[in-house]
Amino acid sequence: MEMNQYLEVFIEESKEHLQSCNEQLLELEKNPDDIKIVNEIFRSAHTLKGMSATMGYEDLASLTHQMENVLDAIRNQKIKVNAEILDVVFLAVDDLEAMVQSIAEGGDGKRDVSIAVEKLMLIEKGESPVLSKARAETAAAIAEPQGLVKSTYDDFEWTVIQQSKEQGFETYEISIALRADCLLKAARVFMVFEVLEQSGEVIKATPSVEQLEEEQFDQEFSVTIVTRETPEVIRQKLLKVSEVDRIGVLPISMGDYSSREAAKDEDALQPDVEEKADNASVMPKEEKKAPAAKQVSNKTIRVNIERLDILMNLFEELVIDRGRLEQISKELNNQELHETVEHMSRISGDLQNIILNMRMVPIETVFNRFPRMVRQLARDLNKKINLEIVGADTELDRTVIDEIGDPLVHLIRNALDHGVETPEVRKANGKGEEGNVILKAYHSGNHVFIEIEDDGAGINKDKVIKKALKNGIITEQTASALTDKQAYELIFASGFSTADKISDVSGRGVGLDVVKNTIESLGGSVSIDSKVGQGSIFSIQLPLTLSIISVMLVEIEKEKYAIPLSSIIETAIIRKEDVLSAHNQKVIDFRGKVVPLLSLKDIFEVPSDNHEDEFISVVIVRKGEKMAGLVVDSFIGQQEVVLKSLGNYLTSVFAISGATILGDGQVALIVDCNALIK
Amino acid sequence: MSETVADLKLIVFQLKDKEYAIPVNQVRSIEKVEHITRVPRTVGFVKGVINLRGVVTPIISLRSRFNLEEAEYNEQSRVIIAVLNDMEVGLIVDSANDVIDVAPESIEPPPDVIGSEESDFIKGVTKIEKRLFILIDLKKVLNPEELTAQDEKGLAG
Repeated sequence: MEMNQYLEVFIEESKEHLQSCNEQLLELEKNPDDIKIVNEIFRSAHTLKGMSATMGYEDLASLTHQMENVLDAIRNQKIKVNAEILDVVFLAVDDLEAMVQSIAEGGDGKRDVSIAVEKLMLIEKGESPVLSKARAETAAAIAEPQGLVKSTYDDFEWTVIQQSKEQGFETYEISIALRADCLLKAARVFMVFEVLEQSGEVIKATPSVEQLEEEQFDQEFSVTIVTRETPEVIRQKLLKVSEVDRIGVLPISMGDYSSREAAKDEDALQPDVEEKADNASVMPKEEKKAPAAKQVSNKTIRVNIERLDILMNLFEELVIDRGRLEQISKELNNQELHETVEHMSRISGDLQNIILNMRMVPIETVFNRFPRMVRQLARDLNKKINLEIVGADTELDRTVIDEIGDPLVHLIRNALDHGVETPEVRKANGKGEEGNVILKAYHSGNHVFIEIEDDGAGINKDKVIKKALKNGIITEQTASALTDKQAYELIFASGFSTADKISDVSGRGVGLDVVKNTIESLGGSVSIDSKVGQGSIFSIQLPLTLSIISVMLVEIEKEKYAIPLSSIIETAIIRKEDVLSAHNQKVIDFRGKVVPLLSLKDIFEVPSDNHEDEFISVVIVRKGEKMAGLVVDSFIGQQEVVLKSLGNYLTSVFAISGATILGDGQVALIVDCNALIK
Repeated sequence: MSETVADLKLIVFQLKDKEYAIPVNQVRSIEKVEHITRVPRTVGFVKGVINLRGVVTPIISLRSRFNLEEAEYNEQSRVIIAVLNDMEVGLIVDSANDVIDVAPESIEPPPDVIGSEESDFIKGVTKIEKRLFILIDLKKVLNPEELTAQDEKGLAG
């Protein structure tokens, strides 16, 4: 049970380390000779190993350990990095991810990792003789005296050393090297200090005790101690601490500080040695408290997303009450109330921004998985792909982030499978063998744009139209009138696949129509642009957040409806005689375009007394390229509202996407324009 | 009935001239009838949605659900907020002001003679002194399959 409180942190951090492994491994593939990258991976793997061992996930720890061995060999340049080795390491990382996932889902993190372990061992063993030699070499190198951490002392410390000497104490600088595979460095440091404090007084540590406790050192550190014991005794005691590799004891000689003695003598007010020693011994203890204080100065905290959701819900209530207050204040027409409400509105507006920002997550969390995916796909498809990611720090509401992953996977697969050509074809067409895929995210206004661009073959319009004709998606007649863009959009029609044959990668029955539906359900849109021979670009537009939206409130008889601003092009008031009729369908001429009119009164079967007006109010809405004019009785105005669902009982109400609560406490329904335009 | 241990606590409400009952554990609260927002193109007994302390809650008229003639809402009218699985639905009733305890074994299966439309929604009846209580079956009253989508007429485009 006591582990539970750490479990969340463990899972979170494990995921981060695995992600870092993934990224760095991909980086390593590009720069196989860069030892820095190997070190980076090694560090992640190492931390992960330590954490999982502490948490008791043995399988996780042992696989990481094996992975570390291979990385170590690479690091020592005894294994040359190649695709096969990386494949195996990636396999191991996959296993690790699966195990962490299983732990996150409440499992025990056990998994058959024998294949990965075996392969890793083979890699390691294949080079083992050279490897051990390399290890001996590095060990020897570290043993050199100049490898030792050497401390410098300030006046105060010199004084302590000097006075100790007079009292018959010796001062030693002890350097301690921990084993390279030491799991809990901080714990070892603690044990070393325990031993030393039994033997004498620690007067200095390099790096500082604080840094040591935060494991901010490699393998070595040095401690200066004032003691009556012999160096050999101290060495033996320290070697009993497990995972301590080597001990170096260096006596601090009088000569080292004799030059400073003159200055010391002049100091008349020197306290006696006992006191000094006490002061000195207090030092490390004080410093031990430091890490806690340091964490306070930390600029970020992790917050459970559930808490943020609760905060968001409470804030939504506040937005509703704000609307209500605004309305009451308007009715009462009291200046003071007016000002107070206005002030409150401004403050809650700022609050709204802050809360929404808190829920923002960089799209990185989604983009991160793509380099691996692209690598694997490129290998499966025998294509050469260079994936470039731009704007991974672009932030999106978490609710959108959760949903956007799958559509993106689909579009990237599509780009790799259908877009980028094989190296041979590319060469023949005068392009570089390597295809480029750019994944880009950026903000613009209240929207986030995500683009997937490839420099592949582009979309063959004629082929698309032929296929659409064959599948009965369009008729011959409409086919001839299609613009390029309209033709490309056809690939979003259900049951459409441009691939001539169904490949392993895509075309498994799930078409791009699913992508389009998901994105539209998020209130976004997707469009395609393409040039034959030069590539295609898929552009996704998404709202920044889903829970608070801007709407236009309209009235139909006594009923109020909200139309999302994102669907509205504009509003218009037109004369009755300007309404034309075409095939039983009322239409208007809107800026040279024929737009069908829909009476919301009829569609929503609003009880009506059938009075006739000379003018009619129309809200022009759009769905993609299509438009429609919604006839209403009157416009109330624009408002920010909190989106609410109709609950689990009324799950599918035609043309209603949800509800909101207005300032007067009544419920208004939100019109789903996508359902109204076919 | 699965509850066999203790007495069953029932909320009693009136519809027309009969007394009905619903287990108290299926009731979240009892509210006065406030403004109801009509939801277009739903089945007749769905009266719309209300704002129940910030939660949009659907409302159905039990009279209309049981095929009784509709009545005007008055001071006595109540909305019983009932909960079934993860559905929260308000039931409009003529009045609700009583809670009774009955022994589970005193609940009898619905007699055939009741025989009207509403008998489909009845779980059993129980008699206390001279009062007859009709125990309704929330699962059948709220059966979502009877809500199935309205016709989607071809519209613009």
